[in-house]
Amino acid sequence: MFDKALAAAFCGFIKMLTGARAIWRDAGPEMRARVYYANHRSHGDFLIVWALLPPALRVVTRPVAGADYWLRGRVRRILIKRVFRGVLIDRHVKRGDDPIGVMCAPLAAGESLIVFPEGTRNQGDGLLPFKPGIHHLAEKRPETEFVPVWIENLGRALPKGGMLAVPLLCSVTFGAPLTLKPGERRADFLARCRNALLSLDPAEQ
Amino acid sequence: MSDPELSLVHTLLLVFAGIAGTLLVASVIGLILRARLPEGRTNPVIANLNARINAWWIMVLLLAAAFWAGNTAVIVLFAFISFQALREYISVTHTRRGDHRALLWCFFFFLPLQYGLIGIGWYGLFSILIPVYAFLLLPISATLGADTTRFLERAAKVQWGLMICVYCLSHVPALLALDIADFEGRNLQLIVFLLLTVQSSDVFQYVWGKLLGRHKLAPEISPSKTLEGLLGGILTSTAVGAALWWITPFAWWQAALIALTINVLGFFGGFVLSAIKRDRGLKDWGNMIEGHGGMLDRVDSVSFSAPIFFHIVRYWWG
Repeated sequence: MFDKALAAAFCGFIKMLTGARAIWRDAGPEMRARVYYANHRSHGDFLIVWALLPPALRVVTRPVAGADYWLRGRVRRILIKRVFRGVLIDRHVKRGDDPIGVMCAPLAAGESLIVFPEGTRNQGDGLLPFKPGIHHLAEKRPETEFVPVWIENLGRALPKGGMLAVPLLCSVTFGAPLTLKPGERRADFLARCRNALLSLDPAEQ
Repeated sequence: MSDPELSLVHTLLLVFAGIAGTLLVASVIGLILRARLPEGRTNPVIANLNARINAWWIMVLLLAAAFWAGNTAVIVLFAFISFQALREYISVTHTRRGDHRALLWCFFFFLPLQYGLIGIGWYGLFSILIPVYAFLLLPISATLGADTTRFLERAAKVQWGLMICVYCLSHVPALLALDIADFEGRNLQLIVFLLLTVQSSDVFQYVWGKLLGRHKLAPEISPSKTLEGLLGGILTSTAVGAALWWITPFAWWQAALIALTINVLGFFGGFVLSAIKRDRGLKDWGNMIEGHGGMLDRVDSVSFSAPIFFHIVRYWWG
């Protein structure tokens, strides 16, 4: 109960601060296991995507987050585990780790994920090259839909290393879902996902 | 004149009663238009008209509340309008990582300082704060970001946004700081005159355009503007301005001339900002005001007319 109220408070707060609105450009929200993959420029990215999902979808959507950052400190640990229900991945993979397996478990249970395939926050325009993780996911669970999500302005409002936010109005654009084609090669799938996301960038239009 | 304070309240009550009456007529017309539609049908133009009228009620009530609360409230209200307008402008303007500090300066230093200077009535500084100090400091701040990609373009965008959204708009409450002989304590009436004339010009351009509009003025910049709307709107609201001479220090013909000037400027304000919108591929600046679009869609005409109105009054009456 308390966790839910706190989650709602976080969502309300970031929506009010950023004036953010969701634009479902090519397809509507749908209740099924999906991977929302977004451009990454700011700390608040996962929160804004999460906040702008319809509440019914939000409760079954889990951000994939870096364990090394989120497990440091008690407050962070409670936030990521109980409030945001994050799926924690260690970014420095050790022998015996199975990050793809960890991410597949929620998908198998019918839940959705939020991922940032650039792997790190981008400080320039456009997109960095994608890490192969979403391809591994697609191979393991080929029925999964990958939804491109373009976050506009949040990275400009609060860039990496910035202390104060510029009060820009943000928007989150959801594009048409993609699935892995039979026999599609990794590079082709990653390029297709990346181009689908880039096509949502207002600067590209 | 017996007591200037009392007559200010009296005048404002009369004017706002007149506005409320006009809005009431507009609301009734909107309701009749909607009721005359066949059962179950909607018409986007009529729906938008009703949304616009409802938003006008809210905007007029907010303005009335600020007037009632006094000069400080009016300054704060316009500082907020500037903030929202600048927010909408910068949100759709491409800047880069290196501009972050310059943008922070705009929102959290120059904007509050500009309105603070108006609050203490320091004309010498508020009239040059942005065109001199901000225009030098912002590019300096941007160079510290060590990114020369499209530098001139980025610097110009930030400066121009601060100019339109903060400097120009701040000349509305700056009218409060003018000293006009035999008009002490009544400067709020100048704001009423400016806003009522310019905003009614926007409304009448819309009304005449919808009723008689045939010849498109410049479809590549603003698809909805027509020659008939422009002429009808400017002439009607010039008449409105002339009819408001009694709340100003002007004679009726002076009020008419001034109203004509600020209406023409207001029209071009909307025109220039439309051109910026088209360049960015947008229809509206935002979605804050139901039916109207963003804040900047509503105040584009005021931002171009306010500084000129300010200087006309200051030069000949101040």
